[in-house]
Amino acid sequence: MRALNLKLIRNLWKLKGQVLAIAVVIASGVAVLVMSLSALQALQQTATAYYERQRFADVFATVKRAPRRLVNQISTLPGVRSVEDRIKQMATLSIEGFEEPVIGQLVSIPEQGEPLLNNLVLRSGRLVSLGHPDEVVLNEPFAEAHDLQPGDQFKALMNGHQRSLTVVGIALSPEFIYSMGPGALMPDDKRFGVMWMGREALAAAYDLEGAFNEVSLGLLHDSSPEQIIVKLDRLLESYGSHGAIARKNQISNWFLMNEIEQLKTMSTILPTIFLAVAAFLGNMVMSRLIATDRSEIGLMKAFGYSNWQVAWHYTKMVMAMCGVGIVLGWLLGAWLGRVNTEIYADLFRFPLLIFRPDPGVFAIGAAVSLIAALAGSLGAVRHAATLPPAEAMSPPAPPMYRSSRFSQSRFGLWLDQPTRIILRQIMRSPWRSLLTSIGIALSVSVMVMALQWIDAIEEIIEVQFHQTQRQDMSVGLVESQSDQTLREIRRLPGVLAAEPMRSKSADLKAGHLSHRGGIEGVTDNPKLQRIYDAQGDVVSIPPEGLILSTRLAEKLDVQIGDSVWVEVLEGKQPKALIPVVSLFETYMGMPAYMHIQAFNRLMGESASLEAINLLVDKNQLSQLYRSLKSLPKVSAVTLKDAAVEEFNETMAEMLMIYISFFAAFACALGFGVVYNSTRIALSERGRELATLRVLGFHSGEISYILLGEAALLILIGLPLGCLMGHGLGWLMTNAMNTELFRIPLVIKAATDATAVLVTLGATAFSAALVRRRLDHLDLIAVLKTRE
Amino acid sequence: MSDSGSSSIPHITLQGQGLTKVYHTGSVDVHALRGVDLELREGELVVLLGPSGSGKSTLLNILGGLDSPSSGEVTFRDMRISADDESTLTRYRRDHVGFVFQFYNLIPSLTARENVSLVTEIAKRAMDPAEALALVGLAERLDHFPAQLSGGEQQRVAIARAIAKRPDILLCDEPTGALDSQTGILVLEAIERVNQEMGTTTAVITHNSVIGEMADRVLHFANGHVADYQENSLRKGAHELSW
Repeated sequence: MRALNLKLIRNLWKLKGQVLAIAVVIASGVAVLVMSLSALQALQQTATAYYERQRFADVFATVKRAPRRLVNQISTLPGVRSVEDRIKQMATLSIEGFEEPVIGQLVSIPEQGEPLLNNLVLRSGRLVSLGHPDEVVLNEPFAEAHDLQPGDQFKALMNGHQRSLTVVGIALSPEFIYSMGPGALMPDDKRFGVMWMGREALAAAYDLEGAFNEVSLGLLHDSSPEQIIVKLDRLLESYGSHGAIARKNQISNWFLMNEIEQLKTMSTILPTIFLAVAAFLGNMVMSRLIATDRSEIGLMKAFGYSNWQVAWHYTKMVMAMCGVGIVLGWLLGAWLGRVNTEIYADLFRFPLLIFRPDPGVFAIGAAVSLIAALAGSLGAVRHAATLPPAEAMSPPAPPMYRSSRFSQSRFGLWLDQPTRIILRQIMRSPWRSLLTSIGIALSVSVMVMALQWIDAIEEIIEVQFHQTQRQDMSVGLVESQSDQTLREIRRLPGVLAAEPMRSKSADLKAGHLSHRGGIEGVTDNPKLQRIYDAQGDVVSIPPEGLILSTRLAEKLDVQIGDSVWVEVLEGKQPKALIPVVSLFETYMGMPAYMHIQAFNRLMGESASLEAINLLVDKNQLSQLYRSLKSLPKVSAVTLKDAAVEEFNETMAEMLMIYISFFAAFACALGFGVVYNSTRIALSERGRELATLRVLGFHSGEISYILLGEAALLILIGLPLGCLMGHGLGWLMTNAMNTELFRIPLVIKAATDATAVLVTLGATAFSAALVRRRLDHLDLIAVLKTRE
Repeated sequence: MSDSGSSSIPHITLQGQGLTKVYHTGSVDVHALRGVDLELREGELVVLLGPSGSGKSTLLNILGGLDSPSSGEVTFRDMRISADDESTLTRYRRDHVGFVFQFYNLIPSLTARENVSLVTEIAKRAMDPAEALALVGLAERLDHFPAQLSGGEQQRVAIARAIAKRPDILLCDEPTGALDSQTGILVLEAIERVNQEMGTTTAVITHNSVIGEMADRVLHFANGHVADYQENSLRKGAHELSW
């Protein structure tokens, strides 16, 4: 067998171009799988480890004010392991060199010792100390956004009092992996920051001595958060509780899990596509490659090698080719997985990173690719191995062609012979041709799917920020305020228009289905925050009833005319059965609206509001900012432009990485398909082409025959690819559909065009490589040898 | 060695002077041609006879513009064609040379007529493909694909394809090598007819000495040069041959 092995190695070396092209395709499939799954696992493990290490709480509850003695009572609830009561407040900050108001989320930590839950990871400096009420520890992203370091100072409007706070430390917390200001869609570290202060200092500032307004619970491993929440809610009911939430609904964790969930979708759908393509290519290439080796197979058998030995010889060849791809894919995938994980870990600011790719992931990638390639070669090997040696050694009979009705048609008769050769070749092996077109199409479709993300994000921004939100600024208020506040705000410098909004957290229930979210009250014809339905028409706000986002209606399984049981979790906590009067489509969140007056009646309150949308004169912004910073009732200021910018930046960063990965992989696919099919066609038809050269055809003219066939198949593949790309996009947007985001399926013509151009570039490159070979065809050799 | 033909013969179509060809394979130099001089005169039929490895195919390749000599030059009428210029060689093959190969080299996806059209479409003064096929006795088989034709028929299609462009020179490399004698004679008849009716200068390579009897002249090849030379005062008809 040693001579055979030598032959194998030399064959592989001779075919190195093709081996590499197949390997690139297989490597792409394996790499995407390894990358996605290893990054996914790493993120899950890292998040879990981070949560455990910092004792991230399992249940959170907010109250208006509750006495600290309640803590003992809570800790006796069955299943509760530890309880940490805290004070959480909002403050308006003035940071030097930054004109706009900044919202600070103040969270209490013990002045002495570590908190029992939600422990901080100190990045620099120290924690706060007893007797220094103006000391503050900043969340790292916020500190970095403003270049604040231990020793720096800034001003804060706390409970109506202007204070000067001193930064003593920079920290991270599992509770604020995503830190978002009220009403924000994306983290904005310049305008919203989390900071920790001493418990005593905060209690003094907000008149909460001996009391708390937030409590976190750590649970025993086998206890159910849902049962404990029921008991906790009952306990806190009379203290102005908004209803406890489990960790899975905690905003930062929810975002994180959503992100991981999306990654999971990507890591199942995309590698499947890539592996399928790689498998298909391996299959196609192997069978044709072995078919061209037919006379050698006959020779081996004439020497006395058994069918089994011949089959094993080619199996080894397939395994070797595949092996190159698998190892390349492993290396590339592990490296990209690490890069990917680091990008995410950086985005989430995990203070630790666990990257231990599971060997199982590597094994799956290898097994799928190998099986596919072997399956592809199986037929060809079996066919070759079972041929009687004499038949195998003699050249195959000339391929049979038939005249079609088409070639007798007027158009057919008008065709020149080279074009006829192209068309007959395609029609003679329609399956093989179709598969090549499909290979190209897959390459295009992957590209379309990756690029459609940009279109989708643009669409979201257009609809969410430009059509729906017409305000320049939203102002959040501390608790519910009366109409008086609206009048005050209207009088501020630079305010052109102001519209009130109400917002309360609530449970919405229908039958056994429920959703914990909120209800927003809007005026009957809002100019600044419009509500659009799926058709792009403005939804009018009827005086009574609920207007639900379609996604929420789906979750509750209700339609127009059905009623929803609403339990408001704030204020007097009213409960009421309210009919659904209208539905609308939105890409973000699962909002529910009602008329502000109906809302007031539901709450049993006179005209109140929690937020105001503003249209402002941009020339008077500085004055407006100054006024807002000094208003104690203001708890949040959200600027639309800043929000759009932030949204764009975060999305762009993530998307560029994602898109460049897939652009590269799509190119590898396109290249692999075209290079392999033309190279094999060249080896099958080299003699025919050389004959044409001898007959006086230029190398350009024979290139037309070989590459023209490829070009025609590519031409079929391109629109097919766009079509499949739309399908894949649909699949992905559906799979990525979360409670937070709905990705609209928007694919612009430019996206299709870009995908087509990129694929064309990759295929042109491989065609150019093959063309070079055509220029150096050995004309003499083909005349003498028969095949 | 020169073929010292008489001076009363018509124009020289193709001339090779001092042709040598050395193939460098690894550390060994193979001298395929060792200084060959020859002339092909207008309208004559020349047979190059010799055992395999004697250099006759190399000579034919060089004369046909498929290869360039290591030294010496080939002149077609007044044009030097041994230049290492791909496009000049291509043009030469396209406009002036017709090739017939041992293994026919038909395009399997084209019918007999289409195989001929392949050449007539790019030639300057081509004949009608049907006419060319009729000349080789295949008027009835115009729309058959190669797989539907016998070996002899395929070779005759190849001849029709070679002559349809009215080449100045027809070069045939072992045209009967893959055929039985009966079919081979049919093919030779086609070549003979083209040579006589169209006056195409024809060179046939073969190791079958019988075929030499139908030639005007026979050049015997051995070890890379013309070892012997013979002029037939009387050409036999292809149908008179047998082997």
